[in-house]
Order: sequence, then structure tokens, then C-alpha cells
Amino acid sequence: MMTEKQPFRLATGGLVDRAAPLNFSFDGRAITGFAGDTLASALLANGVRLVGRSFKYHRPRGILSAGVEEPNALVEHRSGSRREPNSRATVLELYDGLVATSQNRWPSLRCDLLSVNSWVSSFIAAGFYYKTFMWPASFWERIYEPMIRRAAGLGRTAPAHDPDTYEKATAFCDVLVIGGGPAGIAAAVAAGRTGARVILCDEDFVLGGGLLGDKAEIDGESGVDWARTMAGELAAMPEVSVMGRTSVTGVYDGGVFGAVQRVSDHLPEPPVHQPRLRFWRIVARRSILAAGAIERPIAFGNNDRPGVMLAGSVRTYINRYGVAPGRRAVIFANNDGAAGTLDDLAAAGVGVAAVVDSRDGGSAAVSAAAARHGAVMHAGAMVTQAHGGHGLRSVEVLTSDRQRERISCDLLAMSGGWNPTIHLTSHLSGRPRWDEAAAAFLPGSLPPGMTVAGAATGNADLNACLASGAANGLAAAHDCGFSGRLPFWRGYGSGDGQSHRPVQPLWRVPGARGKAFIDFQSDVTTDDIDLSVREGFGAAEHVKRYTALGMATDQGKTSNVAALGVLAEIAGTDMASQGTTTFRPPYTPVAIGALAGHARGMDFHPRRLSPAHPFETEQGAVFVEAGAWLRAQYYPRPGETWLQSAEREVRTVRGGAGICDVSTLGKIDIQGPDARAFIERIYCNNFAGLQPGRARYGLMLREDGFVLDDGVTMCFSDTHFVMSTTTANAPVVMQHMEFHHQCVWPELDVQLTSVTEQWAQFSVAGPLSRELLRRVVDRQHDIANESFPFMSVAQVTVAGVTARLARVSFSGELAYEIAIPAQYGDSLLRELMRQGEAFGVCLYGTEALAIMRIEKGHVAGGELNGHTTAADLGLGKMMSAKKDYVGRILAQRPALRDPERPTLVGLLPLDHGSQVRAGAHLVASGQVANLENDEGYVTSSAYSPMLGRWIALGLLASGNNRTGEVVRACDPLRGTESLVEICSPQFYDPTGERLHG
Amino acid sequence: MRIHCPYCGERGVEEYSYRGDATVRRPDANGPDALERFVEYLHLRDNPAGSHQEFWQHLHGCRAWLVVQRDVRTHAIESVVAASRRVAR
Ligand SMILES: [Zn+2]
Repeated sequence: MMTEKQPFRLATGGLVDRAAPLNFSFDGRAITGFAGDTLASALLANGVRLVGRSFKYHRPRGILSAGVEEPNALVEHRSGSRREPNSRATVLELYDGLVATSQNRWPSLRCDLLSVNSWVSSFIAAGFYYKTFMWPASFWERIYEPMIRRAAGLGRTAPAHDPDTYEKATAFCDVLVIGGGPAGIAAAVAAGRTGARVILCDEDFVLGGGLLGDKAEIDGESGVDWARTMAGELAAMPEVSVMGRTSVTGVYDGGVFGAVQRVSDHLPEPPVHQPRLRFWRIVARRSILAAGAIERPIAFGNNDRPGVMLAGSVRTYINRYGVAPGRRAVIFANNDGAAGTLDDLAAAGVGVAAVVDSRDGGSAAVSAAAARHGAVMHAGAMVTQAHGGHGLRSVEVLTSDRQRERISCDLLAMSGGWNPTIHLTSHLSGRPRWDEAAAAFLPGSLPPGMTVAGAATGNADLNACLASGAANGLAAAHDCGFSGRLPFWRGYGSGDGQSHRPVQPLWRVPGARGKAFIDFQSDVTTDDIDLSVREGFGAAEHVKRYTALGMATDQGKTSNVAALGVLAEIAGTDMASQGTTTFRPPYTPVAIGALAGHARGMDFHPRRLSPAHPFETEQGAVFVEAGAWLRAQYYPRPGETWLQSAEREVRTVRGGAGICDVSTLGKIDIQGPDARAFIERIYCNNFAGLQPGRARYGLMLREDGFVLDDGVTMCFSDTHFVMSTTTANAPVVMQHMEFHHQCVWPELDVQLTSVTEQWAQFSVAGPLSRELLRRVVDRQHDIANESFPFMSVAQVTVAGVTARLARVSFSGELAYEIAIPAQYGDSLLRELMRQGEAFGVCLYGTEALAIMRIEKGHVAGGELNGHTTAADLGLGKMMSAKKDYVGRILAQRPALRDPERPTLVGLLPLDHGSQVRAGAHLVASGQVANLENDEGYVTSSAYSPMLGRWIALGLLASGNNRTGEVVRACDPLRGTESLVEICSPQFYDPTGERLHG
Repeated sequence: MRIHCPYCGERGVEEYSYRGDATVRRPDANGPDALERFVEYLHLRDNPAGSHQEFWQHLHGCRAWLVVQRDVRTHAIESVVAASRRVAR
């Protein structure tokens, strides 16, 4: 019956392609499977049963399931930078060249030295973290934590940058169907035939769900063929898309669903231009959850031995993959599904030694199947213990007459009943409710627009699945305005026509010997739950935290309900009173890459470049990030340090002329009859008298009275102003103004438009700047000192192109800012530099800019820090008393007017050679440098080429009255200290003569 | 969450930015108790379990400020109007 190369592969049957062998490796061993296999089915076909070690005790583990719920068979998939830990072998689609490695073992899977953890397990039982490592504290970091990190854990993350790409996409539909089993297919077909836009998401790579692992028939064809036929019909519908390999992972407000599409995980590498994963945001008006059900394990001694499997999964391996998961089986169940399991095992030629039905008296259906296949029937009996180390050898059965019997077998097919897969129903805080008749948690309140169909409703009967799917699909389409007829299919499931006895819950076997696992992945046993209750952590949410139950990557898919069952037994209550578990997104693990999409590395956020970036790059600029912008920081010449470059640039500006790209400054175009009135309310200083052709420095407060931003606003007419903001605050100021315009004073007729990116802007500064500009600005414009004085603005042309010229200065020199539509920015800068050659002009960056503004005592980011008032910055006199403006009232609060508040001062180190750094704290001389004596700090500092020494700005308590005093500038972070003298913040040209030159 | 912008139609919450309580109105700065009123305007907020009127801006869309009536327990949105169009109290 079995093929030679794959000793457990059946000669016929299943959905694998025996003509398409695939080579793969597990722990370095070369193995062959077939197209259509998962890694798990291929391993089982080859007799590989030991695939991993457990999280805490390093117990040998095999394959429990055939689906997403798998807690044991976790492997590292791929190698090198593509290595992904904790990949479930049961859903990993086999491809040629697949490389998988077992996890959490050392030095090898068969010989794991840390399995000694098993023998000292009494020391690492539930809650051991809390009890064992209480003291001494220093031991935690140095000894316990590294020890635990080595001993516990699962796979390793990739060692290098992920070479794959990830995408995000959005889709819209009328009806979203979640799950591609009989109910999901029925729903999608019923809705699709009405013409509604339908998306069917199925996590599997073949449509059919439970039909694939069963021997069902629908309308005279096999369930598999029916699924294929329906898939063909769906594919032909233009408004329907079937998304295979796509897991819906979360439900969000407003009919939004998250889904991960595994575009390339089944391929050796993503194809060119294809991502590895695509994260979908699906917006659906109606949704149908048809996610099926997950089988429950039973807790008996050593129930984690490789060879102990879920019964439905055993059937799936036989029917779907053509693999016998063992040679000699025992069935242990509390429900009638055992009959179908028996039939399938017998048909596959696997001997069934015994059927153990935990229900008192068993059931007719199961007994009949046992008689049919000559298996020993143990009704009202329990499997108490499994034997065998790396693989199951035998089980111990406690019969109904209290006899212990040992039965040899290499496969135990167990079934504790089924948990409907209702996780998504509770993502919007719906609480599942316990249904006594179904002996299962069923959906409570549902997310708006969602209905449930198929086995997820608690009724897995094939006809019920088909009927509920069709009815829900049609109803959902109806809700969206479509109409059609209700389809009908007649199915025959494997248990049909037999009498049924209901499932009788069995969470743990009384009298079990050895560790009886509830949560395989977190290594939580029934004893751990007992212990947790004994120690006072008996509530479900406490048990979870005390034992880590349900907290592994499988999120307790096979354990959460069982734990509640055990708790109910201990408490002697029913399930309903144990409450319920809360399911949260994601339903299955989602790679971080999928959530990040393209937003990583340099694409983490958009990078904004000045229009003149190309020229600046040619000129050798070193760029610095300023928010999302890249700004030229300095332009080094050969052999220069950054400070030497900045110093040269300052001297060139102050001695002749320099040009700085200030395109990044925020620019807000303000137009309308009420433009001036609006600006008056936004700035704290007076703009009523600002004439067309003039500019004014403005200071803006937040409503709480602190300074928000500053900048120059130009007036072109009574109804047209252009405001500039600092680079960093441009978006904040825009939003601040939009809020006040639309929400506070909607009656003002004014329009605000951000034109930051529409204009390139350059500061041309230095005593020769006017001469330079005369050569660039078209001749007809008069920019002579007298006709175009300080704070003048004008529309001008440059080579016929409209530009704006403003005589403003941040450097303290005679200076202009010239703005031109962005597309001419690069050309204008080239032209300015060409014409400036005769004047020895240089480009200067943000370093030189910062030095010159500190020399002039102008405030910037260090001082405009959100904690300073206008008065703190020495700008208190700007606050108008004649008008209302944002921040006026709350700036009058006593604490904001306290004369002892830290205010802006200049600081000069007494020792000319010593440096003061921003961040150093100011302490009165003779005082101890501690928090109590802290009187302020240094906000900005620079080496001043003009003064030949370091200078600084700072905020110092009562700073206005302390000129001449010497204080300590203490920088404990860098271990430096210097004495500094308080002075005026205007270090250079305090009278401002140079501005008017 | 999805918000129906009166100008752009229904859009995902990721296009919007949240400000908070839209029931507060900037007080008269010339009133006798202006300081007290402004402190309330800026800092005092009700925290209703249920329907709440709040400001959202369609920041990555048309930039309209909106007044959204939303149940903060269920995130169900009852109404959306442009802030500049809402009827003065
Ligand atoms: Zn909009």
C-alpha cells in the first residue's frame, strides 16, 4: 500500500500530485514530498514525527493538527536573512527547495541537553517567575534572565535585514465571506449570483475547507469536486474575487477588516516585483463568518507525545494528503466523530487497535463502526497516559470497570469535541456565550453587519453548513440592494444516516498519570492550573497571567476553552459561570513586515527635498534631517572640519555675501476680505498698520498663552498676505490656523493655502547682497536702500519669471529673501551663485545659519520649545493690549507672569577657550549643582567666529535682572562645567546697524 | 473606523486627525470672568459614556474640520457636519 520512498504515503488518494515530487530539507536532511503537501504532511509521509522541542520543558513534540491552530510543530522556515521562526509546519505549503529547521533544542533535536528542564520542572511550574526570582534584584539581570532566555523560547529571528518587500492594499466589497469551506463557498455563490461585489478570503491554498479532509458528497459529486466546480463558477463572476492564502486577522470599526495575503510564502522567493505578503484593509458592507471549527485535545498524561494527534487532523492527512499518520492507531473521543475516524483509518489500511469512548455507555454509532472494522471497543473508558519518548509506543486505558490496560500503538487520534472558530466575532468586544446543548462557546453579540454560517455556528452538519451559508449569503446581498434566488445543495457527510449521541465534554482525564498538557505551546499542564487556583489566582484572567496560558503564538486556539473547563471542574460550577475568553486581533500571527508595508528604511516617511537639492548636492553639501526635510548643513571644502566650514561660511556672509536655501520654511498664503482681521487674531502683535509692500515679524501664541511659532508675514495687498513659519512647525501652524478659521471664527471671510512646496526661497545675506541681487533681479525693479528699505517686500521678476523679494534678515546682515516658483528654484540658485562669483559669494548651511542667529540672539527651536512665554523670550512687549488674539487671556495667568520665570539670557564663558554646550544646567555660583538649585539651562550654543569664542543662549530664572552675574554651567551628562557670565543675548552688532547698510 | 466627510465622502480614519470635545466654544475675551471661562474652555472636559460631539479634521483629505457625533463606546457615528457650517448655539 505504501510507497517506498515515502513510507507513510498511501498509494492512492488525496489532493497531492504524485507526479510532482518536491525536494526539501528538515534539519539538514534531504526529503521528498509532493505538490499539494504541507511541510507537516510531507514530514509525516516520510515518517518524521519528532519536529520540535517545547517552550519551557524542552519536551519532544510532534504534529498535533493539520491547521492554523498548531501549537507544537513550529519550525524556522527558510534560512539566513529570510529565516522566519515559529512557522507552523501544518500550514506551510511545500515548495521545491524549502528549508526548515527545528527550534529550541541544543545541540540537536533528538539529543536536547536542556530537556533536563523536564526533570526540574517542579521548580519552573506556574508562577515560577514571580516566586523564584524575587531577590536579589541584581541577580535578575546578570543570571536569571540570560539563563531563562537561553532555556525558554522558541525560534530565532532572522540575523540580517529582510530582503523581501511587503505591500498594503485596500479593497471594497458588498459582502465579505471569511472562510472557504462548504458554508463559505455556499455564501459566496449565493451572494455572487445576485451580482453583489463579493470577496471570499480563505487561508488555505485550496478552496474547500473541511471538505478536503472528509469523504463527503454534494449533489452526487465528491465534496472536493463540488468545491472545484463552485470555485470555477466564482472565478467566472466579474464582481467576485476569491482570495486564497489570505487570512482575515482582525475586525475593526465601520466594516473594516484586516487580512494578510501570503503572496509568495509558497515559492522559493517572491517573484520579481511581487511582495512576500500583502496586508489588505477590506471595507465590507456585510460580512459572513464561515471560519469552521477547531478540534479540542483532551488532557491526559503525556498527551504531548509525537503521535498523539487530533482525530479530524488524522482524517485530513489521510483524505487530503494521502498520508497515514501511523501504522497502528487508538481512537480516544467523547463524540460520534470517532466513527468517521475509524472508517477513514481502516480505509487507509491503518490498523485500529481500540476505540476509547469516554461517554458512559459509549454510543451506538461508534460501537457499530468498531464492530465493522474489528476494533476493540472501550465505552465509558479513558486514556490516562501515553508512553514513548520521541514517539508514541502505547497508551494506558482505564476501562469502565476500573481496569488498567496497555495498548500498543504509534498513533492516538483524539477528539474532545469542537470549538467553533468565533474569534472574529469578539474583536469588537462581543462576548461569546456558552451553549450547553452544543457544549461550546457560540458567538454572542456580533460586529455590525456580520452573520455566522457553518460549523462556526456550532452545527457542523454538512447540510446545515450549506443551507446557512446560502441563506446568509443571499441575505447579505439583499441588505446591499441585490436580489436573487436561494441556491440549494444536498450533501451527504460521513456521519449521516447514523443515530447521534451528543458530545459529552471531557477536559481532563481523572486519574491521568504524568504531565497532562492544556496549552502545549506555553507548556501549561492541568497541575499548573490547579496550582494557580490554590495560590489564589483562580479567575480565568488570573490563571492566564499566572501560567501564561493562551499567551503563545497560537493564542490558545486549542487551550483557552479547555482551561475554562478545568477551572469549572475545580470550582464545581458550570462553564457559563466561568465567563469567557476575549479574543483580540490578530487571529493568526502577522509578520511585522506586513504591517509596515513599504514604510521602512528610507521609505519610513516621505523625504522632502528642496527644489535646489540637485545643485546643493553638486556643491558637496552635507545634509541633515529637519523633520521630513533634508537641509544643507554645511558645504565642506577639502580638509575642513564641519566647524571650520561653518566658520568660513559665517565670515563670508558677514564679510561679503552668502546664500542659504530657506525653501523649507512654512509658507501660508492668506487671502480674503478678512485676511488682516484673521492675522490680527492669530498673532499676538499688531498687524493692523502693516502696509502693502511691507513685512513684519510676528509672534504666535497657543491658546494657553505659550509661544507657538514665529515668522515674517508679508503684506501684498489688504486682502493678500503670505506668512512664513519655522520649518519644524509649518504643519502645526497650518492646522492651528485652519482650526481657528473653521471652528472658532467661521464668519471671517478668508482662505488659507499652504504654499510651502510651491515656492523655492533663498536667503541672500551680507553687505554685498544688494549688489548681487541687482544682477539677478530684472533691471526695472528698484531695490536701492532708500526705495527698498528694511522690511520691504515686492513682486519682482527674475529673467521674466515672477518672484517675491523681501528685505528681511535672520543673520543680522543686510539681507533679502527671494522666492520663486519651485520649478525655477534650482536654476535661480545656480544663477545667484554664478552672478555672486564676482563678490566671493558662498553657499551656507544650517550650521552657519545657527551661529549667526545665536550671535544675534534670535530665538529658534531651542527656545521656541513650547514652554516659553513671549516675555520669557524677551518679546513680552510684542503682546498687544489693544486687541483679542489667541493666547491673550491665558497668558495673563499669574504663573505665566511670574517675574522669577526663566528668561532668555546670553552666556559667555569666563575662560575664552572653554565651550558651553546646550543642555548644561545653570546653578548660582557657590551653590551645589543639584535639582534644588537648578535655575535654568543652556538652550543653544555656538562658536562665534566674530567674537572668537563660544557663546550661548539660555533660560535663567529672573534672567532679566542678572546681567553681569557669573553662574555655573554644569553638564553632568558629559562631565563638564564652566563659569559663565550673564549678558545680553545680542552678542554681535547689538544696535542692528548692519541691517540697514 | 470610517468617517463620512461632507466634502469627500466616506473615508478611513487614517485620513483624519482627532482634536476632541466640540461642545466647548471660545469664550468672550472681554467678559468679566474671561480668565475663568478660558481655563474651562481649554481644560475642563466632560467624559460621557456614550454619544460625544467631537472635532476631527480631514487632514489627509480636504482639510475640513468636522463636528462628529460619535458613540465613544461603540464608535458608531451618528452625524458629521462641517464645523464652519454648524448652526451657532
Ligand atoms: Zn474631506
